[in-house]
Amino acid sequence: MLKVLFGRILTTIPALIGVVVVSFLLTRVLPGDTAAYFAGPAATPQAIQEVKQKLGLDKPLPEQFTRYVGDLVRGDLGQSLTTGQPVLADLKSRLPASAELTLFGLILSLIIAVPLGIVAAVKQGSMIDHACRAIATAGVSLPVFFTGLLLVYLFYFIWQVSPAPLGRLDVFASAPPTVTGLYLVDSLIARDGEAFRSSLAQLLLPGVTLAIFALAPIARITRASMLAVLSMDFVRTARASGLPASKVIMIYAFRNAMLPVITTLGMVFSFLLGANVLVEKVFAWPGVGSYAVEALIASDFAPVQGFVLAMAILYIALNLLIDLSYRLIDPRLGATT
Amino acid sequence: MSALGEGAAPVAPGRLSGLFATLGHARYVIGGNPVTGFAFGLLGLLVICAIFGPMLAPYDPLMSDTLAKLQPPSAKHWFGTDALGRDILSRVIVAARLDLTIAVASVALVFAFGGLAGIAAGFFGGWTDRIVGRIADTIMAFPLFVLAMGIVAALGNTVTNIVIATAIINFPLYARIARAEASVRREAGYVMAARLSGNSEWRIALTTIMPNILPIMMVQMSLTMGYAILNAAGLSFIGLGVRPPTPEWGIMVAEGSGSIISGEWWIALFPGVALMLAVFCFNLIGDGLRDIVDPQRRT
Repeated sequence: MLKVLFGRILTTIPALIGVVVVSFLLTRVLPGDTAAYFAGPAATPQAIQEVKQKLGLDKPLPEQFTRYVGDLVRGDLGQSLTTGQPVLADLKSRLPASAELTLFGLILSLIIAVPLGIVAAVKQGSMIDHACRAIATAGVSLPVFFTGLLLVYLFYFIWQVSPAPLGRLDVFASAPPTVTGLYLVDSLIARDGEAFRSSLAQLLLPGVTLAIFALAPIARITRASMLAVLSMDFVRTARASGLPASKVIMIYAFRNAMLPVITTLGMVFSFLLGANVLVEKVFAWPGVGSYAVEALIASDFAPVQGFVLAMAILYIALNLLIDLSYRLIDPRLGATT
Repeated sequence: MSALGEGAAPVAPGRLSGLFATLGHARYVIGGNPVTGFAFGLLGLLVICAIFGPMLAPYDPLMSDTLAKLQPPSAKHWFGTDALGRDILSRVIVAARLDLTIAVASVALVFAFGGLAGIAAGFFGGWTDRIVGRIADTIMAFPLFVLAMGIVAALGNTVTNIVIATAIINFPLYARIARAEASVRREAGYVMAARLSGNSEWRIALTTIMPNILPIMMVQMSLTMGYAILNAAGLSFIGLGVRPPTPEWGIMVAEGSGSIISGEWWIALFPGVALMLAVFCFNLIGDGLRDIVDPQRRT
């Protein structure tokens, strides 16, 4: 198992190299003065010169690349002009907020979409099946920022059941002591009911927005894969042997149907990490996405580049995780490698 | 693999009857599926707005009237007015042209480059295949919307660059589909025939393989179109590409997002609904086209 793990980690290396090369090329080969990019719009010629020195832009490209990789290895992603902090520190302090939001949205959508897909497949052609198809078609057509705004209007303005869409906690609550950085988890650890309630209330709308977005692909693939498995011989045999329907569906069919669902999670993560940016902007969520958007608007390039790189590395890691869990669920895969 | 595409392409005289058969089948599918018919109707409306938008709009989309600002929908302003007193109906109609142009341009771009690269990869194999595969894998290693953000930020904040970024993030999809379809046809009988009659490999790839995989690529184009619209609108929502006061659906939703907390729902709602309908319409057409081109994959 350890060998498999190691081998699989090795296969991410080409992707990592590709990602680093692209993020390097994005700034160097493009038209315009790279130093001016990083120095920002309000920079003096002297500041531009300084940046040029620091990035080694007077050196040939391969040398610049080595220097860039060296900086990355040391964790130096440059300085943010807007916050005045190193980009890595900014990203680190804001990542938990984004992680909490994304995970919450993903778990929520899994809780809804997987049972929905299963029921739609088992009762093919029923009302639930049609509802599942309608949700899947509508879900992919909804712009995620629009869903968010619609929810804000309904739950905050009309029904007034939700707090103002401004950040992770309402103004009266204080943040729980940091353990994981996820407020929900931290407030549970600290047994702070008030902070838990407040952070859950803030998280609910953006989380639901993301969940609606991720619902469609998960429900669609669960349904399709359940349908395929349910028509297989071993399911027929299990039924013929007189096993109760619940056991046939949940144990025999579902476990086999999970594999394509988990594969789709990779794509869902790609969507979610992008949608996160938009949702964070709508709900003024203090995560990495809104950090990158603020930097973009201020033409502050280092944070944007750091953000793109960090998200790509995170995404590669998530795909690795998905792949490994795939092997845990399906022992056949472990045996062949 | 579609039986229809296989039968229609190799024999030239059969093409016309094949076309009629396709049209007949199309009418049958649309007739049997009113949803697809509805989607085509919606598309017609969108195209009319895109072409004749400025003529159809009741007001000048850029003209602000501070006396009539933030008015809810009324007989005078059907969709209400925004914070600067501009008529939202006019802006939504006029924006159709820009939104559709961005989507069409980026899809056409990726269709050309991704399609050709995929055909080359699938048909020639070898190092061409490895290079195209490596490029596609590298793009896929990024969360796509995040990559698009990075590209637009680096290339410069213009509409052209939104088109380019949207095309780049769709490249792997097109390259992979074209590659798969081209590689199964590599040794097909009619390809062998073309080779035996002395055609060069490039000529076979472009004149024999390409027409055969075109139907499948068309379905993909329609499905990606919705995604391209969403992607471009998302980018302009966070302030990339399109600049105010240009009417564009994504930026109009962004302009309305501040007012929604104070209850002015119409500023963001109407452009948002337009966006949603446009994406919905392309997705439905994509599904409908797939039924026509590839009846086996009907769901």
